[in-house]
Amino acid sequence: MSETKANIDQTHKHGDEPVHEHHIVSPAIYGLILVALLIFTGLTVAASFVDLGQMRLFDTGFTLYWNPVVALAIACTKMTLVVLFFMHVKYSTKLTKLTVLSGFFIFLALIGMTLSDYVSRAWGRW
Amino acid sequence: MWLFLLTEVMFFGGLFMAYLLMRNWYYPAFVEASHQLNIGWGTANTAVLIISSFTMAMSVYSAEMRRRGALVMFLVLTFILGLAFLGIKSIEYHEKWEKFHIPGIRYSTSAFTNPQSDPEVYKEYHDKPLPPDMASKTELYFFLYFAMTGMHALHMIIGIAILGFMIYKAKNGAYTTGHVTFVENFGLYWHFVDIIWIFLFPLLYLISRY
Repeated sequence: MSETKANIDQTHKHGDEPVHEHHIVSPAIYGLILVALLIFTGLTVAASFVDLGQMRLFDTGFTLYWNPVVALAIACTKMTLVVLFFMHVKYSTKLTKLTVLSGFFIFLALIGMTLSDYVSRAWGRW
Repeated sequence: MWLFLLTEVMFFGGLFMAYLLMRNWYYPAFVEASHQLNIGWGTANTAVLIISSFTMAMSVYSAEMRRRGALVMFLVLTFILGLAFLGIKSIEYHEKWEKFHIPGIRYSTSAFTNPQSDPEVYKEYHDKPLPPDMASKTELYFFLYFAMTGMHALHMIIGIAILGFMIYKAKNGAYTTGHVTFVENFGLYWHFVDIIWIFLFPLLYLISRY
């Protein structure tokens, strides 16, 4: 975060400080990711007009609709591309990777726990 | 910066969670209300935002390569694309105003109790009339729509303001002397706002269209 720490004149040796390896992502990769993101956007719009059907989840009484599943899967793919390349996580330190992953993990755990409470309540029967 | 973004994930996460539950409870209302959104504008805005993320990434690259002209150019492009996004968003908001779809302020359920009263949407989706109690829940959809896209737009406005500040500084030679951290962190913020939209777009616009 602090400007004093990172990237000060990279030709300068930092004595005992560990040298911060700074990876510069090339414009070719950015361009490639841009094209991929636009293609996925087209794909998700096209898929939204098609009824992809549904699936009964055994005898749980829940039905899985494929349209939102596909839409969210494409959104997650796009997010992964943005995070890995535009946000440089692929080239970042293990600490950054761990921070990002733990953030998503906690987010999913919170959603998961809320949902498990929601589906396991005896709605309207108390 | 990443820690700040994680708090933002939790913040938007609450809204997404609310949307998820309400959609399950009032499914027919959410389906018919989402038919009121314009996929054309939504797709255009998605493309605009993704391209602005690309130009932002190129700004970071230009700063790292210490090219002042390129940095200013890409920051200005990002600035313009951000404004374009808000412009399109304001067209959509204006349409909601005209159609009485502003929850709490200017709202009417007539497009849902009597779908034929909105011929443009009706000819595409042939929605069935909703009973009045379910139709009243469409207001909840629009409340979440405005809360989520409004909060997202607020992030865009803040981002555009910071972009303006950065363009001014970059013109005077900042960020191209090896101190790229500010541009880099702002890039993370901008990409994060893009990711939020990547999820808002399918959830609000797309998933009930077939």
